[in-house]
Amino acid sequence: MSEPLRHSGEPLSHSGESLLRIERLSLALPEGADRRYAVDDVSYDLGAGEILCIVGESGSGKSMTANAVMGLLPTGVHASQGRALFDGQDLLAMNEISHRALRGRRIGMIFQEPMTALNPLMRVGEQIAEVFEAHGLLTAKARKERALALLEEVRLPNPQAALRAYPFELSGGQRQRVMIAMALALEPELLVADEPTTALDVTTQAQILHLVKDLQQRRGMAVMFITHDFGVVAEIADRVCVMREGKIVEMGSAREVLDSPQHEYTRALIEAIPGDAVPPSRDEAPAKPLLAVKGLDKVYRSSGGWFQPKREVVALDTIDFTLDKGETLGVVGESGSGKSTLGRCIVGLNTPDSGEIRLNGVDLRALEGRELREHRRRIQMVFQDPYASLNPRIRVGMAIAQGPIANGVNKAQAMKQARDLLATVGLDASAAERYPHEFSGGQRQRIGIARALALNPELIVADEAVSALDVSIQAQVLKLLDDLKKELDLSLLFITHDLRVAAQICDRLIVMQKGKIVEHGSARQIFLSPQHAYTRELLAAIPGRAPHAEPTEAVAI
Amino acid sequence: MSFCKRFAQNRGALVGLVILGLVVLLALLAPFLYPDSPWRMVQRPFLAPGEVSGFWLGTDVMGRDVAAGLAHGAWVSLLIGLISTVVALAIGVPLGALAGYFGGRIDDALMRFTEFFQTIPNFALAIVLVAIMEPSTFSIVLAIAIVSWPPVARLVRGEFLSIKHREYVEAARLVGQTHRDIIIKQILPNTMSPVIVLASLMVATAILLESSLSFLGLGDPDTMSWGYMIGAARTVMRQAWWLSVIPGVAILLTVLALNLVGEGLDDALNPQLARAR
Amino acid sequence: MPYVSLILGRVFKAVIVLLAILVFNFFLIHAAPGDPAAVMAGEAGATDQQFLEDLRERFGLDQSLPVQLWRYMSGVLQLDFGYSYRQQMPVLDLILDRLPATLLLTGAAFVISLAFGILAGTLAAMRAKRPSGSVIMGLSLLFYATPLYWVAMMAVLVFSVMLDWLPAYGYSTVGAGYTGLTHVGDVAVHLILPALTLGLFFMAVYTRMTRTSMLSVSQQDFVKTARAKGLAPGVIQRRHILRNALLPIITLAGLQAGQMVGGAVLTETVFAWPGIGRLMYEALMQRDYNLLLGIFFFCALLVILFNMLTDVIYRLADPRIKEAT
Repeated sequence: MSEPLRHSGEPLSHSGESLLRIERLSLALPEGADRRYAVDDVSYDLGAGEILCIVGESGSGKSMTANAVMGLLPTGVHASQGRALFDGQDLLAMNEISHRALRGRRIGMIFQEPMTALNPLMRVGEQIAEVFEAHGLLTAKARKERALALLEEVRLPNPQAALRAYPFELSGGQRQRVMIAMALALEPELLVADEPTTALDVTTQAQILHLVKDLQQRRGMAVMFITHDFGVVAEIADRVCVMREGKIVEMGSAREVLDSPQHEYTRALIEAIPGDAVPPSRDEAPAKPLLAVKGLDKVYRSSGGWFQPKREVVALDTIDFTLDKGETLGVVGESGSGKSTLGRCIVGLNTPDSGEIRLNGVDLRALEGRELREHRRRIQMVFQDPYASLNPRIRVGMAIAQGPIANGVNKAQAMKQARDLLATVGLDASAAERYPHEFSGGQRQRIGIARALALNPELIVADEAVSALDVSIQAQVLKLLDDLKKELDLSLLFITHDLRVAAQICDRLIVMQKGKIVEHGSARQIFLSPQHAYTRELLAAIPGRAPHAEPTEAVAI
Repeated sequence: MSFCKRFAQNRGALVGLVILGLVVLLALLAPFLYPDSPWRMVQRPFLAPGEVSGFWLGTDVMGRDVAAGLAHGAWVSLLIGLISTVVALAIGVPLGALAGYFGGRIDDALMRFTEFFQTIPNFALAIVLVAIMEPSTFSIVLAIAIVSWPPVARLVRGEFLSIKHREYVEAARLVGQTHRDIIIKQILPNTMSPVIVLASLMVATAILLESSLSFLGLGDPDTMSWGYMIGAARTVMRQAWWLSVIPGVAILLTVLALNLVGEGLDDALNPQLARAR
Repeated sequence: MPYVSLILGRVFKAVIVLLAILVFNFFLIHAAPGDPAAVMAGEAGATDQQFLEDLRERFGLDQSLPVQLWRYMSGVLQLDFGYSYRQQMPVLDLILDRLPATLLLTGAAFVISLAFGILAGTLAAMRAKRPSGSVIMGLSLLFYATPLYWVAMMAVLVFSVMLDWLPAYGYSTVGAGYTGLTHVGDVAVHLILPALTLGLFFMAVYTRMTRTSMLSVSQQDFVKTARAKGLAPGVIQRRHILRNALLPIITLAGLQAGQMVGGAVLTETVFAWPGIGRLMYEALMQRDYNLLLGIFFFCALLVILFNMLTDVIYRLADPRIKEAT
């Protein structure tokens, strides 16, 4: 493997060793886009048997080069200069037929969304066998046998059954294993992995990263691994290339970039996710309970219809906890743990089957009509998706003022208050007259917070409130929430799948799995001495938690 | 890009708009161009177009002026197309909105009801309704509306189903907005673009339906319509082809124009979809 | 087992719809202006007191509404659709006599429209950015906007009157007395124009739907996966895009069946095709409402059967549905 070099733009010059060489590549965006080039004068090398991580936030153009290499550029985007040399041949100058012969055979690719990347109407086995068929290899019988062997290699449970399964019968992690099996079917020299773990739960992510690393080492393949997460970089990368707005800002060996980043942008990205963060111990103020939840149950039942059986999913199973005034309580869990259902039951978007939700000692579930509304007002929510949480046809000021107006405040006063709130969350008061589409994701999230504050709540439930944001924006929004909490004497119920985020903001944590609370305690205590096996698994799966150790050690399967 | 600019980018839609404008003009000018009843016999029958000056589209089996029939028929077609669409929207939008928003039993009940109307063969139902109520403008409008509202209800319900779980709607619930406000202020405005597109296509379909009913002799006996003109010309097709060709082309152009405008509206109102196409 | 319960569920639903249509029919008769007996007998029957008395007797028109409804429904459930005074035959016999011709016509039109519609739509999607794709879409828009009956008349004008290639009306050559294969050939020649003109509109519908569906499927992630495998474009179009794009077409075809029966009324009227559509027109002309409602009921029955069939096909085509039910 080549010695890592520090570069910021020039290609590496170890001739003969690089499998893929990108030379001064520029990819032009269609007219009317927000910038001219998706990728602007980019050069880098990928040696055989090396893992190169391309890191960047959304809009950095990090995936575009990979698409160009695969010949899968979206319509309207084209290479305006440069070359992409794969084993000496320029992929960009190649005709479609020769390019197709490389795809799948010498260059494999896996994608971000395992749920949609497989054809829903074809069996898994057929889809893998198709790779051999595409390149005219093997007989039908041999294809099937190879498919089975591949499914075994990617460690899919019960590969025989998986062969005959349709994609919808597999979980997200299992589908991603199928994708990997497919990409590796013809033992390509280069694997392009475009955010392959972003859509997965953290424990699944750890397993997939481990699998990719393991296969790469056994086969000596080169991997171009595209990610937004420096934690993942720490786990897997040999070399790193950091991109921002279509340009490379920093490039070098993984260790050098992680330990001593040269560019301030890289530093900011790395600092935004402290790899081995342990939450500080916080003062134990005398506890005044604000919210007390007791014995909360919720089962989702699908009505089966006249002749069909019903199905039940237990989302909440006798949940008990209290949240003190001025406290930030984190609820952590993977998808399907019931954490979102818990938040929705507390704000009143879902109705629990049984149990109590007491706010200041009053059981909300026993209230009705006007009284209920008066109490509900005190619990507001900040939502996950900054693009879906604001009505595209309602001006920002009105969106914030709607709550007070619905509660009887006159319009002029509510609008004035809305402008004040916009200033509070760090936006210009003139934003009130504009529509949501004029704002970025982070700004929209601030508007969402202002809307939640408009009714002077005592408790804010934040459901994955920063998950959809880039890490640099994440940090700003988290800080805003924390500041507002102190300033306005709020309490916060912070729901997240991301332990790193929880570590930054939470005083105490609840860890949920399959509708149950498996562990609770102070955030520091949970990070330092987790008691429950599942909590330990979650912590171990945080990518890049111990960046100085050997990456493979950090992965527990 | 503004709505008008996007609409104007679709050349077909512009052509459609021009044709539609001409038809509307013809309909509006009919009472001035041909102030007499189009049923009146004005010349000898079977005059070919241009044979006698002043009757540039000729005369029909009864010696009535084809051009006058065409102009008055335009009025009838547009009016019935428009009113029956409005009535269908008035049935379909509220039903779909309630079903989609409240879900559960209300949804089940309303959707069974909708499915029932969707299962019944459309045109056959329209025939039966008009026949039994006796043909009149009122019964025709009602019959067309009754057979055309189910797609509206389904569309609106689908939109409501997808929008009601958007976070902004949930936020509105949390701040205590009433169901009425949420339906009318939060959700309904966001469902309007597909409804507008559907409505423009429904006017086209309604015009076709009306002409088909008239063709079968189920038109309002007091109004001249294009479908009736074709129906009356059917038996004399061999002698006077123009009697069926002229009103047929009129229907074709009008319906075509409405479809083109509908497509243009679709492109202009749903820019993301248009780009994907 | 899931199949059995599935089919039971479908049948149950269909029966409910049919019963609802009967109730609907019943109230339609009562909503009509005038004496229900006179309505059912049509204009002609109104002069025949004996016939009116029979009708009153049979439906118990002097009794309460629920009793009348019950009599009407139980009559229909025993396959008694009443008597057509005009045609001097039981309604059921009239309909069954005409049914085969309609099934032949609509069946042929259905197959033609679906096959050519999907083909044209696929071509239009693959050539979405080329002139040939625009030409297909332009033609389909044209057919979509043309009144069905008028296309039929123009076809007669051109292919029968002017060119004299094909017969203008009827089911077979009158008085020729063909038998065996000659008869089949004769019917086939008579079928060409009606089936084509009826199918043309629906072909346009399927063309447009197939194109839209294929273009939207081609945006999906798994198509990118297929390209990343190195599959040839033709294979991707056929195996990945078309297969997924056909699912909504199946649903649409089920819904369009009802429209096709309606279209048959117009086509059969123009071509004097002796099916139930033509019978419906005759019933209309003679104001034979009892016959009209009987035909209406049969049309609905046909559509419901067809919907059940497409439902089954959909379930076979989409593996996800089995799991969901």
